[in-house]
Amino acid sequence: MAIRKICGIETEYGIVHRGTDDPNPITASSVLINSYLSNLNRSGGSALGVPQVGWDFEFESPGSDARGDAPIGSMPPEIETHLTNAVLTNGARYYVDHAHPELSTPECGDAFSVVTFDRSAEVILERSMLAADALLPEGQSIVVYKNNSDGKGNSYGCHENYLVDRALPFGRIVAEVSPHFITRQIFCGAGKVGSEIGFSAKEVPFQISQRADFFEEEVGLETTLKRPIINTRDEPHADPQKYRRLHVIIGDANMSEVATFLKVGTTAIVLAMIEDDWIKADFRFTSPIGALRTVSTDLSMSATLPLASGRSITALEVQLHLLERAIDWTEHHGFDLVGSQAGPEILRRWSETLLAIEAESASLTSTVDWIAKYRLIDGYRERHGLDWGDARLHALDLQYHDLRPEKSLARRVGLETICIATDIENGISNPPEDTRAYFRGACLAKFGSEIVSANWDSLVFDVGGDSLRRVAMMEPSRGTAAHVASVIEASQTAAELLDRLGS
Amino acid sequence: MPEREQIRRTPAERTETSVDDAPQSSETGEKLKAELDDLLDEIDEVLETNAEDFVRSFVQKGGQ
Repeated sequence: MAIRKICGIETEYGIVHRGTDDPNPITASSVLINSYLSNLNRSGGSALGVPQVGWDFEFESPGSDARGDAPIGSMPPEIETHLTNAVLTNGARYYVDHAHPELSTPECGDAFSVVTFDRSAEVILERSMLAADALLPEGQSIVVYKNNSDGKGNSYGCHENYLVDRALPFGRIVAEVSPHFITRQIFCGAGKVGSEIGFSAKEVPFQISQRADFFEEEVGLETTLKRPIINTRDEPHADPQKYRRLHVIIGDANMSEVATFLKVGTTAIVLAMIEDDWIKADFRFTSPIGALRTVSTDLSMSATLPLASGRSITALEVQLHLLERAIDWTEHHGFDLVGSQAGPEILRRWSETLLAIEAESASLTSTVDWIAKYRLIDGYRERHGLDWGDARLHALDLQYHDLRPEKSLARRVGLETICIATDIENGISNPPEDTRAYFRGACLAKFGSEIVSANWDSLVFDVGGDSLRRVAMMEPSRGTAAHVASVIEASQTAAELLDRLGS
Repeated sequence: MPEREQIRRTPAERTETSVDDAPQSSETGEKLKAELDDLLDEIDEVLETNAEDFVRSFVQKGGQ
């Protein structure tokens, strides 16, 4: 039985420290985040809570494998606990991961909420750059890029997370969702000049996905090496008897709001359909990695992909089938599990986008990142008579993702916006109201000085006395404004709150 | 449905045609080309000044 698709996005941003001979991305990431946090503390005081509450690693277990025993040779990622790591009053986590600043949105109730908090995250990064530049010596600055590759073989991720029913066998998720991940690139790829796995500019001048070059397996635990299409990290951050968190590592970071909305919205519906056994088709490819790369390098979107069944199919045909099933699924189940407002909009845009792809419509340049980017770069190339290997085209590719509004090319190509400006601003400091993120964010804003640590599924309070008190939040759909706003409102102190909650 | 207009196709396919005759409807085609020209004029002012240096120095550590 399908469950509510609570979801979120975590983005690792590219970072450049300009004006220094010896840039260190880890230091730069720390400076960036700490500058933002100290600005918050100075400007808002207790109204913004204490954002420098530490992250609590007690229950983190990125080495747990959804398949049971991890195969020999699998390497779980290491947790770095010594780096900057903050929880914000919007319920997000803002930290240094590997050598990148990373922001994980709070748990959101639907794809609209995710795209809004993803935009709020961009604004947080913009403000972090300004805050850092004010502190750095004259002539230095830190610049952040929302992309997934440096063009030289180094990649960093934009991961999605979806709550999934634990009762669903993992093998079914692998078989049924990977065709979606392989084919959804046609509308949510961010586009990239060239290839990073040895093809020449003549062979691969431009491709649909930033990430496809870096995937080598269909299923696996790794996220930094030999990346798999389906990541098996089994770390639900919720009641493990009831839930999985599907950790999706294959997506590109999108600049287009419509692309982020569709990426998350279609995936939420596909997962709900898998839980209800609604897909009714076997799209297992003979070579999932081969299919992934074929789709990424086929700008005509017409290549046929061989299926294990002996047939072959195009990426668009897979998507049209999933859409048709999704319409049928929502006719039977309604939109509650994927958002009563977001759901119909997901179907409308999904359908409109696939029809536009079929018709080769120019309208896609305002919604699909890779098409908007291709039009820009190819136009520039033709105007200046450049070859595809030219550094200027790589520069345009990178600058598309520059988060400085005055430099960003994505802001200039005419992408349609769907988020409401006041919602984006609101999401910088306030949590979503319809998930447990509300409890985390609202407690931090009101009782920040009495909270010693936080993570996805608990808050730890110090209200005096001998021991710290941990409040578990194992149900992602509880702790909403409807559940706890009045209790938080009525409590003057954290001790009062804990008494009222009975913990 | 939004208007169905012709988008530019892959480099391989486009070798058959020249840029100027790609769009089918000359009116929408010209409008699209004018929009692209305006965009290219506009971005010239914000582009990184030394593309080669910029691209060469954009090196990231691998992440997840």
